[in-house]
This record gives sequence, structure tokens and C-alpha cells, in this order.
Amino acid sequence: MTLSGIASAKVNTDLLKIDVAAEAGRIESSIRDIVVNRLKRKGAVVGVSGGIDSSVVASLCTRALGKDRVIALFTPEADSSGDSLRLGRALAAQLGIRSFLEDISPILAGIRCYERRDEAIRSVVPEYGPGYKMKIVLPGLLDATKYAIFSLVVQSPTGETRKVRLTADAYLGILAATNCKQRARKVVEYFYADRFQYAVAGTPNRLEYDQGFFVKGGDGLADFKPIAHLYKSQVYQLAAHVGVPEEIQKRPPTTDTYSLEQSQEEFYFSLPLAKMDLCLYGKTEGIPADQIAEAADLTVEQVERMYQQIEAKRNATSYLHSSAILVEPVAVGAD
Amino acid sequence: MQAIAQELRNFVVNNFLFGQNEKLRNDDSFFDNGIIDSTGILELVGFLHERFGVHVEDQELIPENLDSIDRLVAYLQAKLRENGQASASVH
Repeated sequence: MTLSGIASAKVNTDLLKIDVAAEAGRIESSIRDIVVNRLKRKGAVVGVSGGIDSSVVASLCTRALGKDRVIALFTPEADSSGDSLRLGRALAAQLGIRSFLEDISPILAGIRCYERRDEAIRSVVPEYGPGYKMKIVLPGLLDATKYAIFSLVVQSPTGETRKVRLTADAYLGILAATNCKQRARKVVEYFYADRFQYAVAGTPNRLEYDQGFFVKGGDGLADFKPIAHLYKSQVYQLAAHVGVPEEIQKRPPTTDTYSLEQSQEEFYFSLPLAKMDLCLYGKTEGIPADQIAEAADLTVEQVERMYQQIEAKRNATSYLHSSAILVEPVAVGAD
Repeated sequence: MQAIAQELRNFVVNNFLFGQNEKLRNDDSFFDNGIIDSTGILELVGFLHERFGVHVEDQELIPENLDSIDRLVAYLQAKLRENGQASASVH
């Protein structure tokens, strides 16, 4: 599927509609070619979170490779929502694929993930301790006059919620600690990949991939990424087509990284995902802001600001996409 | 004022530009030139607090105050006046 061909068409909310049967077939064919011919692996490992992206990837891999050649891996930790595991299990059962449960909390405790995170939190909220919950949020970027400054939301054991602006040190401390979660998951995924000679499937959608919403060496690490070209709304279309359980399709997107429920919009995109999809599409395809504004029910100024933010995020996260850079090219065999 | 401008410039150049002074003009937009991202704004706010005792209020976190050396100098001067500090005392 190419989107550039319809860039000049009237911009409306149907813009990102895809021929789901054709697209599913194309991706499945590509998965077979990548895993079997290019990577020469015997199957695929998918970290299944109970969210829409990993569910679609697991489903497509199963359709492409067969249920006996796909492993669903559940990697909950102390802050995970119980729904994630329950929904992940439901998906694996429906697909009829093997699944393994690996609680990564002991790994994270071993590298002092929780301890380091809590130390960073206490630098701005000294009373933070056992029984507290937290998340990091951004303001809505549609507030055109302000910077996207991270804040910490903490909830005391008695339920009182407080929001404080983060210092750079606190933000980076929390970020570095919590990034260990995605990296620990990847360690476990590659254990199973090695154990069964499988490839690891990455699950980013286009918004995440384009905007660098992943942890390098964590969820950004994979052998193939079969839905990285799809906008979030297209992932939902495919989910319906491949029969992802309805509860997963209706579940609001979440990072499932912090102890307080945090939507991806709060952490990174600051805009409802359907609108963000349209803005990213408009920016990528060079569509004037006024046309996207009409389709997304935003003002022209808001879309222009989103275009700026998209570009800024691309620049700020470009290094995440970069593999290790060599001083000079080194030939390592056939691609 | 010149002392403040130089100190702010030194911080930005050393902290965000690896000391490459020639890359930055005092009216260059930090945002448009990809010099400072949102984490960088937090670092800048921390510097203003630690070095000048200035607390940047949430509503002051706007490009008009922080997006270039020139804007930073004007904002800082205003804050110092507000706090009753003469700019001459800050260097």
C-alpha cells in the first residue's frame, strides 16, 4: 500500500482507511519471506502486552507462519496492570499459540530499577514511598504557547493526587530507570529466540516508530517490525480484520510502564491518537495544514504546531534509529 | 546585562553545543535550530534557578521567554528586577 498516491485526494477522516484483506496478505507474505528466507529462523517470538499493536503482530505472525511457529511471551512486572496478562492470555488462547510467562520484577530489582526510580522521584517529592503510585505526563500540545514540559503525578496511599514539574535530573533519573523495563523484556525475548531459533518480532506502529517512542535496546530492538509502516488507526482496522478479541480492540492505549495508569497521549503524543495520525500523515505527505485542520477538527495553528513538534521529535530521536556507527564500512557478508 | 548574556551563552554553548561557540547567534531560536528540546528546557530552568535564584513559573515556560539568548536575557532581567536584584549583582 502506498499513501503518497492519495495525497492530493480530499482530506477527510477516511483518508487512512486501508484494504485490510490485501494489507494483511501483504504483511503475512512479507513475514514469511523475512523470517524464513532472510533471517533463516524457524518461527517468531512476540512480546504480548494485551495491547492492540502486539495483538495484531502476534495474529499476523500466526497467520503467516502457523500457530506452531509463534511464541507469545508475557513479561509482567511489579507495576503492570493485571489486565495486560489476562488479555494477553486470551489472545494466545484464541490463536492457539504457545505462551510463556516471565515475571521480570526480580531482574528489575536486581538492577535497582525501582530503587533508582524512587530515588529520582524523591528528589522532587520527598515523601514518596511505599504505597504511592506515579506517572509522568505532558501537557496537551494544543496549548500552543507552552513548551512540552514533563510533570510527575503522584498519588499517596490515601488517594491524594499531586502534580509537580520535574527537574531535568529527576526526569532523566526516572526515564533511565524505567527504560530498564523494556530492556529486561528484550533480554527475555531473546532467550526464547535463541532457545527455539526464532526471530523476535517488534511491535511498533508508525507513530511510535516515526516519533522515536521506543527504548533503544528495549522495545526498539527486534529482528523485524511488521506494522511499523501502519498508522495507529490502520492497526485498529487490521485488528478487526484478523479477529483480535474485542476487549483488546476497545482498550485505551497505555504504556503500562508506571504504577498510575498512563495513556500514550499523556506521555508522548499529547494529542488524541486519531488526530495525531492525521497530523503525522499530513506532515509526512506534505499536505498543507489547513486541509488536515479541517479533517482533524483542529485549528490551522494547532496543526502547524503539531507539524513543528513532529519535526522536532524526529530530530531529537533520530539517534534512536541509528545502529552503531563505524569509522569506516566493514564488509560482513551478504545482506 | 552583557555579563548575564555572556553567562547564559556560556551555559547554552557548553551544555547543548559541546562548546562550539560559533554555531550560536544571540537571536537564534533554540527550538527552530534543534538546539534545546523539552529536556533541555528543564536543564535551562534548573540553571536559572541555581545560578540566579530565579524560579520560572509554569505560565512563564513559553518560547517568548526562553527561546534564544536575547529572549533569555530580557526575561532574566525582568525577573531579577521583580525580585529586587540588580543585574549588576549577578556575575
